[in-house]
Parts: sequence; C-alpha cells; structure tokens
Amino acid sequence: MPKKKKIAAEVISQKVLAEGIMDLKLKTVLAEDANPGQFIGIYPKNKSTLLPRPISICEFDKSEQTLRIVYRIAGSGTAEFALYDDNTMVDILGILGNGFPTDKADAKDVLIIGGGIGVPPLLGLSKELFDKKAAKSVKMVMGYRNADTFLADEFSKYGDLYIATEDGSVGTKGNVIDACRENGIKADVIYACGPMPMLRGVASYAKEISAKAYISLEERMACGVGACLGCVCKTKNIDEHSHVNNARICTDGPVFDADDLEI
Amino acid sequence: MNTSVNIAGVEFKNPVMTASGTFGSGMEYSEFVDLNRLGAVVTKGVANVPWPGNPTPRVAEVYGGMLNAIGLQNPGIDVMIERDLPFLKDYDTKVIVNVCGKSTQDYVDVVERLSDEDSVHMLEINVSCPNVKEGGIAFGQNPDALYDITKEIKKHAKQPIIMKLSPNVTSISEMAKAAEAAGSDAISLINTITGMKIDIYKKTFAIANKTGGLSGPAIKPVAVRMVYEASRAVKIPIIGMGGICGAEDAIEFMLAGATAVAVGAMNFHDPYATINTIEGIERYLSEQGIEDINDIIGAVK
Repeated sequence: MPKKKKIAAEVISQKVLAEGIMDLKLKTVLAEDANPGQFIGIYPKNKSTLLPRPISICEFDKSEQTLRIVYRIAGSGTAEFALYDDNTMVDILGILGNGFPTDKADAKDVLIIGGGIGVPPLLGLSKELFDKKAAKSVKMVMGYRNADTFLADEFSKYGDLYIATEDGSVGTKGNVIDACRENGIKADVIYACGPMPMLRGVASYAKEISAKAYISLEERMACGVGACLGCVCKTKNIDEHSHVNNARICTDGPVFDADDLEI
Repeated sequence: MNTSVNIAGVEFKNPVMTASGTFGSGMEYSEFVDLNRLGAVVTKGVANVPWPGNPTPRVAEVYGGMLNAIGLQNPGIDVMIERDLPFLKDYDTKVIVNVCGKSTQDYVDVVERLSDEDSVHMLEINVSCPNVKEGGIAFGQNPDALYDITKEIKKHAKQPIIMKLSPNVTSISEMAKAAEAAGSDAISLINTITGMKIDIYKKTFAIANKTGGLSGPAIKPVAVRMVYEASRAVKIPIIGMGGICGAEDAIEFMLAGATAVAVGAMNFHDPYATINTIEGIERYLSEQGIEDINDIIGAVK
C-alpha cells in the first residue's frame, strides 16, 4: 500500500461540464497510486475552513501523473475550487479509500450503475474494464435529473450505455432501476455509486437478478484517514476495526460489498 | 536547548501531544508522521466494552472549526490491549490512554485492566465528552461528582491520572480545584464546547445528535483563557488544548500556564500539524534565546 500524503497539486485545466458540475484536472504524483473508485481530499484555501473536501477520482493517468476530478458545487469549499485557474496550486490528501474491486469482473457480465454526482468515479472504472477487456460484457446505466447528461458521451466509448432521467428528457423516464428493468439488463456483478436511495435500489435489484453488488458510499467525514470515526456505516457483521458493526467509509470503503452492509 | 517537560514524574521529550479522538490510536497517522518525534500519543477514548457511538452524520464543518458527535465509538479495552498497545510499544514516545465510561465502575474497570500495561505511561480520564447522555459529562460538570470519581479512580490507578475537564461549566477553576483536591496528578483542558449547526434550506440539524462538540481554531481564545484561570487555581500540571494550529498557539498555551499541549482538530487539516508544532517551538526557543522550555510555562505577564 503506498503511503498517503498531503501534497500540493497543480491545476492543469478546469471547465464547466454541466450546470453546477465542474471538470478539474490536477497534476500530481499521487496519480501513480490511483485506482477506480478511490478519492482525494481537497483543501479550500479559505482560512475559515478546516476540513478537506472528499471528492472521487473520475479518471487518472499514471504516466502523465494527472487526476481528473468531476465535482458538484455544493458549498463554499467547492465554490472556491470552481474559481481555480490553470497553474493554481492546491493542497490535496490522498490517495484515499479502497476503490472498486475490478478483479471481480473477470469473465463476468458487468453492470455499472451511477446516479447524479455518483456518475464521475464510474468513468475511470468503465475505462479500466474496457482497457483490460477482462469482463465478458459491460453495460452501463447512468441516472440524471434532466438532459444535462454529463460524461454520457464518454461512457458510451466503453460499453453499452443506458440513460435514465427524472424528467424523461433522455432515455428512460425514472430512475436507474427503472432503466434496468425497461431494458431487461441482467448481470453477474454490479458496481454502483450514487445517492443512498439509489444504492438501496441497486442492492435490492442485485438480489433480484442474483448478482454481486459493490457500492460506493458517501458520508460527512473529517480526517479521511480512519482516525476520527466520523464517516461510519452500519455493517451486518462486526468488522475487524470497530468491533461494533461500524465500518469507516474513508478507509474500509468507500466501496463495500452490498451484502456486508445494513443500508 | 531543553524541550523536555515532566508531568507527575513522567518525562516527555517535548510538550506536544495528540488530543484524544483526533489521532486514532496513532496507527492512522503513522503513515504521515514519525510517532517517535511526538511528546506523547494520546489515544482515542476507550471503554470497558465496545461502544457503537452516535448515528451519522457525526461531523459538520463550521466557520473556523468543526462540530462532532462521534459519541465515543470505540472497540473496547480488550482490543486496545491486543491490537493498539503492542503497536505503540514499538515507538519511542509516551502513551497516554484516554478512558471513558458511563458509570464510575466502567472507568475503574478500564483503569484496572491497564494497570499491568507498562507501555501505558498515564491515563487521561474523559469526564467531559458532550456527546454521550450517560456518564461522561455528568461527572465533568459538577465539582462534587468530579471529586468523587477522581478519588475512586485514584484508588485503582497504577499510572498517574489526568482528569480531562469540560469547558461547558460555570467555573473552570472550581473544577480544576476539585480534581486536584481528589488527587488527580494533572488536568487537561479543554474538551469541546457544545454547539449546534442547522441547515437552513433542509431545515434539519447538521449532525444527527443535534448538538456536537465544537473544536478547531474558533475555540482557542476560550481554551487559553481557561488554561490561564485553571493554572492560577491549582498547582498540578496542566495539558492545554483547544484549537492549536501550530507552534505560536502552543506557546500561547504554555505562557498561559500549560506544561504540555495537545494538537487536536488541526490533525484533520494538516496531518503534519504535530511535527510542525514541535519544530516551530524549537525555532521559537532558539530565536528567543530560551535554553529551557520550562521557563516559558506560565510566564505571561
């Protein structure tokens, strides 16, 4: 396991991807340690803030040492990040979390499900599965609020893409599970990231089609390194660290086997 | 230049410790800092049995700090003895175990379990967590209750004890005196200040427990004032904490009367905060021509 570091990274580019959604590229040696589904903490420069903002890695390029971060402007910290120009130096903490277990995709029918700001980390995952060609097939279902289907064109390069929108403007009207049903999508392995109600739906859909689901959770966190115990989630069995059914999302996750969780 | 300080007969290579609850058992931050360089590692609070803690969300950022209501989640003393203490034993630093409980007997159980652990140099008794309903804070907000529990723990503790005081009291001096009178070997202050944050758009509390403990730079002036007041009220050593971000803050606490200091929430902002504080103190002493760090303790004029 590489050592985690707090380190200065350089903003290489930043653009608006959709309304309130930013696409940021950082140059950092930490990219060499990145895997799909992991995240970094980004520190606002505003001195009134204390905590790093945990943001998932959308894509990474180990040889170019770059991380692509696609994030939603949700508060003062991310609003500050959105103002960064090229060459801005920003402190980041990483690489954090465990990421998606891509080895579970070998020779399997894979389904990747994302919703809202849970969509970006799945792009790196889709790319990796595409590059490795280990999976038997890869289908992707992405859910959005409306026709602002950010990253959708990029996903479609890596497999069969289905879209669900809340307003019905693109693809299936409804949520990602509605889209799965409408298109009769079955799989052996599901990887998912999105809001908790969606993840509950994914876990239950996985049971229905006898698939294994690996889901990425989100929770308010402080340290990001497993010390503060702020970002825990309920586990079915007593986990090795907490001994009280409380796994740490920052270090034991953010990706968990859905069968292990009480969600 | 001497940077070592002595608290109740325990010699610390420098006065910089980690505040309980902000550094795990040291393991989590050993990826970032060399624990050998710390004056002491103060562990996260441990109870006689595993505690699940509070529901999430447990943390929220506020201007200049954060609120937390972890609720003292911990794996229990057995796990600490089997897993965490052997890890810490390999480092050349002092180990202070923070002890929590819901009843006097709970505290005594943990204290007795640790009595044969040579790698534990001191015990910090947490009677000041604002986030658990039973015990804890109930002992820390009433001088008579604080006196009684301190007296009882002293009967069973082999290691010197540090009573950790709450700022959520009318008179910190009165609480410090009660701890001293009951035989506490040192006191540490301050624990977090009870606070609240409300999301005005969702019209909900930012943390599930509704209230949480405020920590971070925002609380430093309160903490410095309380350390100063307590240091005038008692003769036992004080470990000062509350919003320490670096050497300047640490020195402020020491001038106010603290013998040692603990870096807390700042670890979450900067994993290297403890080491930077140690190095900054050394620079300060050198620049000021101060040979012995003990000369600055309580030296404010």
